[in-house]
Amino acid sequence: MADFNQSRRIIIRLVFISLFIVIIIRLFTLQVITSKYRNLAEDQSTFRKVVYPDRGIVFDRDKNPILQNTNVYDLMVVPNKVTNINVNQLCKLLDLDSAMFQKRMVEVIVKNGRSRPSVFEALLSDQKAAMLGESMHKFAPAFYLQERSVRSYPYDAAANVLGYTAEVDSNFLKKHPDEGYVSGDYAGMTGLERSYEKVLMGQRGIEYWKRDNKNRLTERLENGEYDTVAVAGQNLYTSLDIELQELGEKLMQNKLGSIVAIDPKTGGILAMVSAPSYKPNYLTGSDRRKHFSELFMNPALPLLNRTVSATYSPGSTFKTLQALIGLHEGVITTDTKYSCSGAFYGCGTGKPMRCLDYGTFDLRSAITISDNTYFANVMQRVINNPKFPNIDSALTHWDNYMYSFGLGHKLGVDIPSEKSGNIPSPKYFNKVYGQGKWNFCSFRSVSIGQGEVDVTPLQVANEMAFIANKGWYYIPHLVDSIDGGDKFGMLDKYQKRVAPPAIPDSIYEAVHDGMEGVVTRGTGVAAKVQGIVICGKTGTVENYYRGVKQQNHSFFCGFAPRDNPKIAIMCVVENSGRFGGTYAAPIVGLMIEKYLKDSITDKARLARIEQLSGLNLMPPRIFAEIRRQDSLRHSKDSAYLISKGYIMIIKDTLGMEDDIVNKEELSSLKLKKPTEPKRPLTDSIKKVEAIKPEEPKLPEVADSI
Amino acid sequence: MNQNKTVELKGRDWMLVWLYALIAFIGLLCIYSVEYRSNTSFFKGLLAFKLNYSKQFIYLMICAVLAIFILLTDSKFFTATPNLLYVLGIFLMLLTFLIGKTVNGSKSWIPMGFMNLQPVETCKIFTSLALAKYLSRPETDFSKSRSQLIASGICFLPVAFSLLQNETGLALVYFSFLIPMYREGFPPIYLIIGALSGVLLVAALLFPPYPIIVVLAIIAAMAIYVLKRKIKRKKSLLMVIITYWALSSFFIGVAVPFLFKHVFQKYQADRIFSLVGRDNPYASDAKDKLTTVQLKSKKTGEDLENYNVKQSKIAIGSGGFFGKGFLKGTQTQGDFVPEQHTDFIFTSLAENFGFVGCTILMLLYLAMLLRIIMIAERQRSPFSRVYAYSVAAILFFHIAVNICMTIGLAPVIGITLPLMSYGGSSLLTFTILIFILVRLDADRQMVLR
Repeated sequence: MADFNQSRRIIIRLVFISLFIVIIIRLFTLQVITSKYRNLAEDQSTFRKVVYPDRGIVFDRDKNPILQNTNVYDLMVVPNKVTNINVNQLCKLLDLDSAMFQKRMVEVIVKNGRSRPSVFEALLSDQKAAMLGESMHKFAPAFYLQERSVRSYPYDAAANVLGYTAEVDSNFLKKHPDEGYVSGDYAGMTGLERSYEKVLMGQRGIEYWKRDNKNRLTERLENGEYDTVAVAGQNLYTSLDIELQELGEKLMQNKLGSIVAIDPKTGGILAMVSAPSYKPNYLTGSDRRKHFSELFMNPALPLLNRTVSATYSPGSTFKTLQALIGLHEGVITTDTKYSCSGAFYGCGTGKPMRCLDYGTFDLRSAITISDNTYFANVMQRVINNPKFPNIDSALTHWDNYMYSFGLGHKLGVDIPSEKSGNIPSPKYFNKVYGQGKWNFCSFRSVSIGQGEVDVTPLQVANEMAFIANKGWYYIPHLVDSIDGGDKFGMLDKYQKRVAPPAIPDSIYEAVHDGMEGVVTRGTGVAAKVQGIVICGKTGTVENYYRGVKQQNHSFFCGFAPRDNPKIAIMCVVENSGRFGGTYAAPIVGLMIEKYLKDSITDKARLARIEQLSGLNLMPPRIFAEIRRQDSLRHSKDSAYLISKGYIMIIKDTLGMEDDIVNKEELSSLKLKKPTEPKRPLTDSIKKVEAIKPEEPKLPEVADSI
Repeated sequence: MNQNKTVELKGRDWMLVWLYALIAFIGLLCIYSVEYRSNTSFFKGLLAFKLNYSKQFIYLMICAVLAIFILLTDSKFFTATPNLLYVLGIFLMLLTFLIGKTVNGSKSWIPMGFMNLQPVETCKIFTSLALAKYLSRPETDFSKSRSQLIASGICFLPVAFSLLQNETGLALVYFSFLIPMYREGFPPIYLIIGALSGVLLVAALLFPPYPIIVVLAIIAAMAIYVLKRKIKRKKSLLMVIITYWALSSFFIGVAVPFLFKHVFQKYQADRIFSLVGRDNPYASDAKDKLTTVQLKSKKTGEDLENYNVKQSKIAIGSGGFFGKGFLKGTQTQGDFVPEQHTDFIFTSLAENFGFVGCTILMLLYLAMLLRIIMIAERQRSPFSRVYAYSVAAILFFHIAVNICMTIGLAPVIGITLPLMSYGGSSLLTFTILIFILVRLDADRQMVLR
């Protein structure tokens, strides 16, 4: 019977074989030809874990760490392991009620799923971490503590110098495309954290992990054969004296302004105080975002580093440089005398510059007394020197002196957002007045450091270092050395002495004499320190805020000791009123004493510190602005306020510095939000209007002491 | 005694036994690789009897004992008892309706303490024997429709019960008995009609019914036009064409919608439609209106279905040409493929050993199938031949459907990969099937009835 169907056994075999061939062809396309599945498999089964090294530590000049890493704990939870746990006890330890506990669990599950570990509470306080640590075994394995490294500031000082790190935003990623940052990374945003980011960040490691179907990491791929090891960031040794810094911050409490102290021999910055400041640890914890917007909205601008980002007219502190130029140009000698009969009439009687002390002065006493007339005459002589064919070349000559003294351009300090200040150029006046239609009298207030000249506090301090050194300076810098070598050549420019055209020592001696007189018997006696010869110069700077005259800024700058200068220092107290000698001088005196004597023990001096730090010199407009913001905040319809621009949605990272860096030519603070009414104080950081002869409304007299 | 035994074992087809052992061993390794984690030791796990591969190892031991027992049984036993065994099998299947246990939605298991028995699985053996018995009866004339009907009845009775138990996958296996029946002279016209129905069915799945009916009408009209001379001579031809057209249209327009609306469970319909890449068009007008929640869960269920196949394809595709190496499969160890130790065991092999490994396994299976056919053809007794073809057909169906399922060529219906998949029930069934064949083959010179 089977014989009837002999052919069918062949057919059956053919069916079997052909189907197997189809399967093998299909397998060939799946496994060999298509790479899609291989990529999909890799995507879902391996995980590239970036290992972040510890950032470098920053030390002060005595090798005290002032910015380091500490380990804090996050409480982690794996939701699907939560069984038989005494929730009440845990809630008690965490200070939560059970409804909150449930809510957080739901949040965690929604966000990250049941089987993956998630952060239940981030950045536990030390107390909570200690209490939890003791009883953690009761909640294991569902709950556990996970260590995490965060930046911490042991002295809680020098916030604006050290800067902070924050999560990078898309803008940052765009600007640093090839440096390996990915969204979610942290990078230095301001201060040293920013300028030494390359050094501090270290080298990231990469670990390849296997991942399972619930996205849990199971084990290393190939036992870590393809991994790269993380290399810790390099430590920075700075010239900062943290105790001096702390004293400066204390003295500048409740004031707007700044102090910069430089070691003239090295250019190393000893203290850099910008007031108001903030506690740097305030921007590290879990409430960082909230704190940040709080600081960002503060009309006193605590996030602004006034030492490098604010510019002022230098006021009478400028006279020291005028004296140097006058003497070097030979238009005056130390014995040249001018008398002041009440004001400078060199430009006619229309708008005289008043002086306070009537009398006749030589150079030394002119500096000591801060005589306006004298220096107006000096600059007039320099500018009108017949050796120059025209006023353009004369002013250019004068400008070059100023540039070589470190003014009118960025010094190149190693923290970001430095401004260049301004030294008026012939080009500027040609533009304003027209070619040939201006003369010395058009900018005569520049001779006493008012008008078109702008400087940063750092530039003034550097100028003092320059005078102290009698003709040279190092570019001011914070970082002396980098642990493990300066691989990027970041410190090279700080090793080179900058020496402007040689001016004979005798000229400096004359200026030093005058400056010493300022402290011993002149306008700056408040800076006097027992046993230390201080050379100083006061400045009382007129300023305008939106065309309205404000209280004067109080300036004092100087160096000490005279024979062997160890500290060059500058202090400005904004809108303090009165004179330069009133507030800035005693602050500088205390700073010098602290630095040179290492500590202040005298009771009277300690009382002075308390008195100065207790002094509230915050301009009233700041309080008015805070009150206005508060009233807006209480308003309910925040959407309305946002639409009107009264409230801004603030990102965590500070876009501000980015803008300063990139649009440095522009007065960025002003331009950033040109229309918004909510931060009117942005241009309070000065901008003294030029005193132009044509403008009768401007005050006739510049008080300058 | 000893000598006696060697005589007994002579003439066994050791080639088939070796293939059996080799594939079962590969299966054991694959199950091990599914459960392997870097910190476990093979022998500790093997002796703990807690992990699947150690359980599978025990099943293999049991199978070995059983195989020896079968080899020592008189082959007359298998020709004498098929009808009784068949009735027993049917009885067991009926028993599941009473004491059955539901696993994965199908009530087809009888709990037996240490393991669960699935009668529809074991019934394959009895059906094979019963079919062989019936076809080898001297009085059976398989060219007669009556005999063909009875033989089909023997094969498809378990299918009916199995469908009632909600076990579609294993029910389909019984269609593989068409192969031995075809070999014994089952008219191919039925198979062709079946295949055409399949084409129609696929068309019905892919397209809405009315356009197909129109297309069928056009085809019928063209056929009438082309054959008009013949039709003039023979009027009945016209009737035939019209009947075919009417039947097909009925099938498309009435039978298929009816089938999907009322006969198939919704999940089955969904699976069938997901195979051709369409949403189930009959789901929306189902008699009980679905709430949005149900719709949602249906959606996730469907996603889960696709997830299995997608993960299976990823695992296989990621194996590449040579594979990632034994125990180095990232997909396998990440537990990405669901049911990997049972229905999707092939993915483990494919990932670890790549295209080369897959091809070798396919060749081993093909060798086994061709060997069985060769054995079938050398039998003197039709009983052994029919039985051998049944075994080959069942194996073929399992292998083809299981592998096609893992590579996305067939819908996911729970069918195991013979000798490889984890599971005592499946392993025992195939062991018995194969070793009865080896035993019968040893007596191939005899004419068994």
